[in-house]
Amino acid sequence: MCGIVGLLVKKPALRPRLGELMVPMLIGMTERGPDSAGLAVFTEPLAQNARKISLYSGMCEEGADFNWLGLGHELKEHLGIDATITSQGNHAILTAVIAPEPVKRWIMERHPKLHILSTGRAIDLYKDIGTPAEVAARYAFSGLAGSHLVGHTRMATESAVTPDRAHPFTAGEDFCLVHNGSLSNPYGVRRMLEPHGIRFETDNDTEAACRFLEWRLREGDDLETALQKGFEALDGFYTFLMGTADKLALIRDPFACKPAVVAETDDYVAIASEFRSLAHLPDIKHATVFEPAPEEMYVWNA
Amino acid sequence: MERMSFDLAQVPLREVNTFLHKDAPSRGVLQVVVTNPDGAHNIAVGLDCPVDVEVHGHAGYYAGGMNKTGTVTIFGSAGTGVAENMMSGRVHVKGFASNGAGASMHGGLLVIDGDAGLRCGISLKGGDIVVGGSVGSFSAFMAQAGRMVICGDAGDALGDSLYEAVLYVRGNIKSLGADAQIEPMTEADIATVKELLAAAGMQHDPHDFKRVASARSLYHWNADADQEY
Repeated sequence: MCGIVGLLVKKPALRPRLGELMVPMLIGMTERGPDSAGLAVFTEPLAQNARKISLYSGMCEEGADFNWLGLGHELKEHLGIDATITSQGNHAILTAVIAPEPVKRWIMERHPKLHILSTGRAIDLYKDIGTPAEVAARYAFSGLAGSHLVGHTRMATESAVTPDRAHPFTAGEDFCLVHNGSLSNPYGVRRMLEPHGIRFETDNDTEAACRFLEWRLREGDDLETALQKGFEALDGFYTFLMGTADKLALIRDPFACKPAVVAETDDYVAIASEFRSLAHLPDIKHATVFEPAPEEMYVWNA
Repeated sequence: MERMSFDLAQVPLREVNTFLHKDAPSRGVLQVVVTNPDGAHNIAVGLDCPVDVEVHGHAGYYAGGMNKTGTVTIFGSAGTGVAENMMSGRVHVKGFASNGAGASMHGGLLVIDGDAGLRCGISLKGGDIVVGGSVGSFSAFMAQAGRMVICGDAGDALGDSLYEAVLYVRGNIKSLGADAQIEPMTEADIATVKELLAAAGMQHDPHDFKRVASARSLYHWNADADQEY
């Protein structure tokens, strides 16, 4: 069991309140996922040539005492990069005008235990072990601003409870996926992807789905085509909620084994595993509430 | 008639259910109103007296489950397993219902005004289900007894491995499950549909419905078959 939440605000005036509106949704899914939590928030995109990289130091020896300032100095010294690093304990967002791949390779070689959470122009990602309330407080989720977000509360079934196995998973740039369910063919999908040079960071089944879909997008499929190929390639139980720089997308397996409910008003689209997590949203009594059908694609534009 | 109200934003659900199980029958409370259900699970489960429960809002999983002689009306949608294992009485969902509505029901009447999700009436053992909208795939899977009236469409594998339950469908059937077949409507079938639509407060012409029942070819092991199912 796991919990999924998603929120997309339709009016720019609501963007500063995105985190505040979402925190009760995430905490509402604690019973479905008490062991880890995380979210990806999509903000106004940076300039074409800039990138931000979310980093997690909780698996390093230094943990929350990681020397983020020192990392900035090293980047300047070794790569000549002027990076802005905004840190909060074991989490930091590195922003710079960079080609991200060489920088990420350098980080992985220099600080192998530093976990790269996400890369892109719009995505910031946070995930950690702990209850949803603990994780939300640790990273001040209620203060997050943006146009849309994807959140998850985890009750691990397919791999260990560690920060890197928490959701959302990311691949490529400005793409993330959360999963409620369990895939039956993740190793087959991995074996198919690995010859394409796609590297896996964990043994988690969700990572296979995330990397499969991102691979299809990178190969030129639009989101709808990629999701259609996902229906064909991915076997098992799933409700997937995905975020891109300007979209939220939801699909459920043909047996609808894992739940999802959507509430929509003029102000927002909110998605959760159960209505419990939507009940406290503003004007929810007048929202259009529906259950997404299995094997259908639901895509909302930010 | 005594009437009680519970606001689930103020009172824990366990208190409401304890009241329904212990106090309502002994105090003769016949009507209970539940507000702000906010998707809570297990609202008004296990009723065992002729109490009338109104739920104003969306209910979570298993609402009205195991009901015996009670009446539960949900003015909103219902989560997974509404009225599962109902023995008697009535559960009425004014909105839509999620998966497994009326699963394993033994008796009573389940009315869903909107659509029902997948596996509606799975393993039905008796009683009646009337759905105003459509039902999802695998509905009435292994349904043993009882009746289902579906005013909209049915998804894939309707009535797979049916026993003696009978299904009436007004709309399209995406596909029938193994051993389910469409049969001619008899006068008795027309009367049944008319009676169930009236009980559910729905208005359709009973002649517009198709009857789906078991071909009974799975009832006996066929040793001569090539075993390629």
